[in-house]
Amino acid sequence: MNKHRNNHISPAFYLMVVPVAALFFLLHTVPFLKGIFYSFTNWKGYGSWEFIGFKNFLQFFKDPSIKQAYGFTFQFALSATVLVNVLSLALACGLNGKIRGKNLLKALYFLPYMLGTLIIGFVFNFIFGNIIPGFGKTAGIPGLSVNILGTSKAWLGVLFVTVWQSMAFNTMIYLSGLQTVDKDIYDAASVDGAVGLQRFIKITFPLIAPFFTINMVLSVKSFLMAFDQIMAMTGGGPGTATTTISMLIYKRGFDGGQFAYQSANAVILFLVVASISVFQLKILEKREAKVN
Amino acid sequence: MKEKEKTNWLLTILLSVIAVFVILGPLYITVVIALKSPSDMEHILALPTSLHFENFSMAWKLTDYPRKFLNTFFITSINLVFTILTNSMAAYAIIRNKDKSRFFNLMYYYFISAMFIPFNVIMLPLVKQASAFHLDNIYGITLIYIIFGLPMNTFLYSGYIKSLPVALEEAAKIDGADTFQTFWSIIFPLLKPMSATVAILSFMWTWNDFLMPLVLLSDASQQTLQLAQYVFKGQFSTQYNLAFASYLMVLLPVLAVYVFCQKWIIAGVTSGSVKA
Repeated sequence: MNKHRNNHISPAFYLMVVPVAALFFLLHTVPFLKGIFYSFTNWKGYGSWEFIGFKNFLQFFKDPSIKQAYGFTFQFALSATVLVNVLSLALACGLNGKIRGKNLLKALYFLPYMLGTLIIGFVFNFIFGNIIPGFGKTAGIPGLSVNILGTSKAWLGVLFVTVWQSMAFNTMIYLSGLQTVDKDIYDAASVDGAVGLQRFIKITFPLIAPFFTINMVLSVKSFLMAFDQIMAMTGGGPGTATTTISMLIYKRGFDGGQFAYQSANAVILFLVVASISVFQLKILEKREAKVN
Repeated sequence: MKEKEKTNWLLTILLSVIAVFVILGPLYITVVIALKSPSDMEHILALPTSLHFENFSMAWKLTDYPRKFLNTFFITSINLVFTILTNSMAAYAIIRNKDKSRFFNLMYYYFISAMFIPFNVIMLPLVKQASAFHLDNIYGITLIYIIFGLPMNTFLYSGYIKSLPVALEEAAKIDGADTFQTFWSIIFPLLKPMSATVAILSFMWTWNDFLMPLVLLSDASQQTLQLAQYVFKGQFSTQYNLAFASYLMVLLPVLAVYVFCQKWIIAGVTSGSVKA
């Protein structure tokens, strides 16, 4: 193959990319750039508007609803990430053990991944509202005899459902990681006297670190975007106690006449999510490299 | 050696009990309530005293299930087919040329960096854009799904395409095949395992998506199954039996697919993310 032919690119290759890339630009990049543009205006979503510079962003620091939404979203995302990853890792270790009916159990634990988050939210709404209080009253436990979603602990109900569903995916990723670990390493480790938790921390965990990275990055990102389960379960309430950033953008941006202001909120959300993802990838990859 | 083969029964039982109560419990509740009559709700968790299938037919009529099902089915299936065709082709062109062409290299980083932009961030301006282009219907949303899949799918296909030897394409070229023929007859069949992963992820995304239909599909005739459940929440109110029959009808198609393809689905979803 001579050099000339190698460097020549068939027009067909351009045809494969340019139309879809043009549509992507029009439907994804243009709205993204428009969002940034609007964030410097006072547009309500209708009518006239003018440039107001950084006023929207400065307003954030004084806005209790923004503070509330960011505070809750971070608290929720952090709790969910820790819980999901600890429980998934434990469950994956169990499923990787010498058990019977492994494939059936795997299929069962992955099942929540298949179900729509909205409907799961509705089903658990009923469980929290009608089944658990009934049980709590009969058992005489005051903490369980009310619908948790109507109390100041509503977020724990939402957290439970999120963990319930998200564990499915994370567990399978950890399980596929554990299956890559060579059994001979354990034999060598037991000769050296490493067993149980010590063996897990010193040997297993470093070997599945790349899978931990994947799970951490994907978990944090998806929990910071939480929307469906909260719309289904609390609608952001009671009051605004469980309103996430995404819900605030949706509610106030479309119906509240805050199109530009919530566009600015979306820009901040993007910066937060993108920098957390990049930061996580850098830190976790560095640590992995050190271990290997 | 013998000890190694021994089944850990304690662990097996523990995992089975947790699976039955924690995973199947909520599903049991869904099925039982969908089959009960309101007067049979005193012992909520007990099996129904008589089966009330009319809950399903009433929910079917109330939510206009056939219409919502066809809408969802249309979006899901058209998206699946066109995502696999167009996204694999675009990924192929980009990966094969990104080392020798600035343009394709730029395209690669363009799509990869767009992965950091979540849907929630662009939804406000997207809705304005979509209504200006008359894309706020099932046809428009399908196009948007296909196009929005590009960043993730370029990423998924890229590693796979890199691993295919270029010699195959060069041989085809010598035989007189043009670029499209080469892609279609040689590359596309080889991409099958990754296309399966892309297909599963696309299917799950569109069938279960709530936010995009919520913001784009306002007309009742255009609504998807998920969106209809939200819209009818008020009408169901405390008619739990009707509501749960409706939920079950949305879950059943996915559950049916899962029962038959679960091994394949789990493998596809995990290999997609682990490669990514």
